[in-house]
Amino acid sequence: MDNAVVQVRGLMKSYGNTMALNDLNLEVEKGEIFGIVGPNGAGKTTTIDCMAGMRSLDSGSIRILGLDPVRNGTELKKRTGLQQQESELPDRLKVEEAVNLFKTLFGTSPSTESLLDRVGLLSKRQSCFAALSGGQKRRLFVALALVNDPELIMLDELTSGLDPRGRRKLWQLVEEFNSDERTVILSTHYMDEAEKLCDRVAIFNSGAVVAVDTPAALIRKFCPGIRLRLGCGRAFDPASALSAGGVLKAAMDGEECVMELESGDAVIPVIQEFSRRGISLGNLKTETPTLEDVFMVVTGKEYQDEA
Amino acid sequence: MKRNRFSPVLQLVVTEFRLYIREPSAFFFTLIFPLLLMLLFGSIWGNDPFPGATYGYIDAFTSAFIGLVILTSGVMHLTVNMASYREKGILKRFRATPISPVTLLAAQLIALLAITVLGVILLLIAGVFVFNMHFRGSIPEAVAAFILGCLGIAGLGFIPASLVRTARSGTVTANIIYFPMMFLSGAALPREMLPGFLKTVSECLPLTHMIELLRGIWLGESITAFPVEIAVLAGTALIGGLVSARFFRWD
Repeated sequence: MDNAVVQVRGLMKSYGNTMALNDLNLEVEKGEIFGIVGPNGAGKTTTIDCMAGMRSLDSGSIRILGLDPVRNGTELKKRTGLQQQESELPDRLKVEEAVNLFKTLFGTSPSTESLLDRVGLLSKRQSCFAALSGGQKRRLFVALALVNDPELIMLDELTSGLDPRGRRKLWQLVEEFNSDERTVILSTHYMDEAEKLCDRVAIFNSGAVVAVDTPAALIRKFCPGIRLRLGCGRAFDPASALSAGGVLKAAMDGEECVMELESGDAVIPVIQEFSRRGISLGNLKTETPTLEDVFMVVTGKEYQDEA
Repeated sequence: MKRNRFSPVLQLVVTEFRLYIREPSAFFFTLIFPLLLMLLFGSIWGNDPFPGATYGYIDAFTSAFIGLVILTSGVMHLTVNMASYREKGILKRFRATPISPVTLLAAQLIALLAITVLGVILLLIAGVFVFNMHFRGSIPEAVAAFILGCLGIAGLGFIPASLVRTARSGTVTANIIYFPMMFLSGAALPREMLPGFLKTVSECLPLTHMIELLRGIWLGESITAFPVEIAVLAGTALIGGLVSARFFRWD
């Protein structure tokens, strides 16, 4: 792919006897917001660390902006931005001092004011790091990741543990950054975030990419059906729902019969069939699958194996 | 984009120095505590010449108080600071910048040296103005001994500072080194008061050699009279540097 900003081929990485990455392959194109999701321990952070030149590889190859992160680490760090998971700054370091320090470390001189304004921290410029809220700390780290005006930023669990308002502010920052064709790689545990924000999403499991596509395509591929909930009363026998065309599975959930339909096209015939049987349709809900359903389908088997 | 020509090392040193000044306990233990000890013992013993000698208590023990400043910054502060930076992912964050690890560690050392120098200046001011302190040696030799002492003690401190993962265990480790060294090397109590076997232990501590070297020069002896002391301090600095280079943990 000519447009690839990131090319990861056959990446292997072990910590002692634990295999963290097992033949991981990844390509990210210029201008994409690329999501990385997966269960804890799937290799998301290890991959980001390897791509950022923070960790050595056992084997495989990585090219970021055409550079090898191990051999051209310094050059790569100058051209990319990184927000690390669970990273902090000294408690008593002030916001403005942190930005000025990082400007010097990167040898760049953007305006501290406009940078802080961009992340909404201008009024906090004299605050100590320890006095910032969780969301403000993350926004400061975004500012630090932007001091070198990078072509690519890698954000590792940018919004974990934040309230909805804090998350939305960060989404906005990511979208602004992305608006002039700059590339974003973002790992997250929030499927709604990946679905809303990302152009493409890679689902990691056990150190490999098990699925990668746009959120909509992933849903079409792995969860093409639709879920129908109908209040039928506790006495209803779910097995009788299977005779309606297009119903793959049916089970009771309290008073509701929950049916998995093979596609959205099956909804109307199924409803007509229930109507014919004289069941009230007053309590009817349809649920379209989300990326979270895809996540459960794609990563679910391993969970069972572990248990 | 316009390039920023300001030196990363200088900016890191300034930052570390600022953080240090904002940390009251570190500030107290490096700058104030040795000064208080000097004022306390000085007020007890004064600085009148010992019988048959040309120097008094303060003249003989300022090197010990200087040793205490070096010990506090080189072992206590270095270890706790690096361990807490490691625990909080601050080292990892710095590692994601284009500066080299050596630059980062050099900046830490320079900042600590600056703080140590500040502590020594306070001691010297108190010594001169409160106790009429005398210095009989060569100033360049004393400066050389001071820097060698700083490197030796920081070399010792760099071993736990490179390895310890949390601020809590950093504090414990630093205390385990700090207190025996403080009491056995003559930094807080005269070594002459120690019983025989503790004197032997005392001989094994780098701080003892740092204090003996500086005291000798202070009282007019030549630096060439202290080959053992110089070898011990240089050796400790070298070992600490090698251990740090080989085993330094970023996270």
